Amino acid sequence: MPRLRERGRAAPAPGGSEPSAVGMTPGAVLEVEDLRVTFRTRLGTVYAVQGISFAVEPGRTLAVIGESGSGKTVSARAIMGLLPRSADVSGSIRFKGEQVVGRSNNEMRDYRGRNVAMVFQNPERSLNPTMRVGYQIAEAITTHEPMDRRQARERTIELLKMVRIPAPEQRFHEYPHQLSGGMRQRVVIAIALACGPEVLIADEATTALDVTTQAQIMDLLLDLQRETGTALLMISHDMSLAAAYSEDVVVMYAGKIVERASARDLFAGVRMPYTQALLDAIPRIDTEPHVLLPVVGGRPPDQSVLRDGCPFAPRCPDVQQDCRDHAPPLRQHEPDRWWACWHPIQGGAAR
Amino acid sequence: MGVLASDPGRGGTVTAAANGAAAEAPPDGDVLLDVRHLVQEFVLRDYGGAKGGVLQAVSDVSFELHVGETLGIVGETGSGKSTLARSVIQAPPPKHGQVIFQGRDLVGLPRTALKAARRNLQMVFQDPFTSLDPTWPVSRIVEEPLTAYAVGTRQERRQRVRELLDLVGLDPARHGARHPRELSGGQCQRVAVARALALEPKLILCDEPVSSLDVLVQAQVLNLFEKLRSELSLSYLFIAHDLTLVRQVSDRVAVMYLGKLCEIGPVRAIYSEPLHPYTLALLTSVPDPDPARAKRDPASVIKGELPSPLDPPSGCRFRTRCPRAADRCVVEVPELRALGAGRLVACHYPLADGSPPAERGEPHIAASSAGTSQVPAAEADI
Repeated sequence: MPRLRERGRAAPAPGGSEPSAVGMTPGAVLEVEDLRVTFRTRLGTVYAVQGISFAVEPGRTLAVIGESGSGKTVSARAIMGLLPRSADVSGSIRFKGEQVVGRSNNEMRDYRGRNVAMVFQNPERSLNPTMRVGYQIAEAITTHEPMDRRQARERTIELLKMVRIPAPEQRFHEYPHQLSGGMRQRVVIAIALACGPEVLIADEATTALDVTTQAQIMDLLLDLQRETGTALLMISHDMSLAAAYSEDVVVMYAGKIVERASARDLFAGVRMPYTQALLDAIPRIDTEPHVLLPVVGGRPPDQSVLRDGCPFAPRCPDVQQDCRDHAPPLRQHEPDRWWACWHPIQGGAAR
Repeated sequence: MGVLASDPGRGGTVTAAANGAAAEAPPDGDVLLDVRHLVQEFVLRDYGGAKGGVLQAVSDVSFELHVGETLGIVGETGSGKSTLARSVIQAPPPKHGQVIFQGRDLVGLPRTALKAARRNLQMVFQDPFTSLDPTWPVSRIVEEPLTAYAVGTRQERRQRVRELLDLVGLDPARHGARHPRELSGGQCQRVAVARALALEPKLILCDEPVSSLDVLVQAQVLNLFEKLRSELSLSYLFIAHDLTLVRQVSDRVAVMYLGKLCEIGPVRAIYSEPLHPYTLALLTSVPDPDPARAKRDPASVIKGELPSPLDPPSGCRFRTRCPRAADRCVVEVPELRALGAGRLVACHYPLADGSPPAERGEPHIAASSAGTSQVPAAEADI
């Protein structure tokens, strides 16, 4: 699925390494192939991510959508190398063609922040409440690039300006509690961008924020993406966010990708019943008051057991016997459209 | 200081809002809850207990809620919507104003009488994990209100708990003995709903009841609220920051900004023809799951941050972020006035009615913020 449009926009890489020749997507900056993550717990093994593949291209936004427990955050943490020791990661994560899985801690430290950075959901928890925000940003810069205090301060103020924080010189000396939620998230974004990463992972970055602030932060992220050519991996449970802000969408369920398409194609006609269920559950601005939402019952399956059959089968409205017997693989059925379903919705539309 | 300055102004607002509210009350059903000029303030203390600023959380809010009606309250974080709900249940009681519930003013009521009144007034909170005692099993959590009000015998209470769990879609045999940590977020919220329903209240105050839930679970819980409303003829005060959620469950919607009501009216009218610029800004911030409509005009995104409630702007509180703000907005507090059927708006220059909001509001916003927020000038915005 090469896209020619945006590729020229990519910022020159600081290391200047060459694009991978083996990658499945030419031009991709980050490729994930057959990623599997299992957790060893006292109660058994949990298969959190069960073989997912996707690629992120410079200047483009890929949305990964799914419920809690679908494995989207675990995948992001695997890309960042932030999983606990109880996790087993297999498969491949390649940054510009170079394998990330299995790197040592030291190598990972250099890669995190400089190559791939992450914005977390809760800015209260990702900032240190006892440190001034300016210092926290400067720390991120000096960890990767040796420079003196004055330079670091200048660069920090530049970053604060870049994330549109008013009166950056003043904000530099403030503590996180003196900032609003939206401002704190801007600081977190500034920290993430401190070393010019080529991939930015936003893990539910706007979920804890108001709709108005969410719109501001998303516009900021897309503006910054336009300026720097960063690839954006947006992780969310909100389909409408994906529709409004992303170019490509990956839908995850129970550790697997169940549908993958460009945002335009996906919302023009959903194929996988789970994606349809996610869309139907969103109340719209134009739904009538007191109308019940179409919902699917049940809960995502227990991922400590590997089953035959489609993981969504127990909740699926269109389930048939073959769904219970064999899991449908994720296959490309149309140009640029992938889905894992034996009985896709024909000509399904986003309502 | 801030209080003194705003006191005379408040007196003026009071009468005007009261007249407007009385004139435009929708006719259906009896008034269940009548909130009049509710003011809630918190005094901040400096070191040594010296009086610091006064945080004006809710400033002169009046509205009515009818039997069987759902009133949605929307606004950003810090708009005072949660404080409003807490002031209604008298936790803590408001500084000024009246909360007339079932014909009785709750403000200043003695403890025992208040406890009796609260029996018909229950609350569901945002975070189901922190609003349930983690050390109690589900059945005990749901039974607690019954015990507190000494309802029935032990046997009868147990039976009632089973009925309640069944009503909210939990299996009494399976879930009754579990602890909150053994349940999912959606199930916990169902427990919280069962607890709120235990005493057969007339009104349930829901403070962002589904905000922390996943989309599919959120839809399930919203449907549960709808089902209970029609089966038990409940009234809700439904607080949310998400306009779409409020729309689905509400008959009328009130929009709050920085402690004041901007606009209140029937759901359909508010969504199809917002009158207050802030309502329009909220509506345009909602991402739409239809990509054809999803590409918003970036210029319509509201700029800036909520001003400090310690020192709210003079005149109209929204004026610092309002694209239509004029000199009059700086000096004169806009009073809530009737405009259209059953609608009240607090704005000097409301978006004129008649044309759809897309044609009416956006040119204004785009025009007034041109040069700072157009796409080519995005860099200049820094």
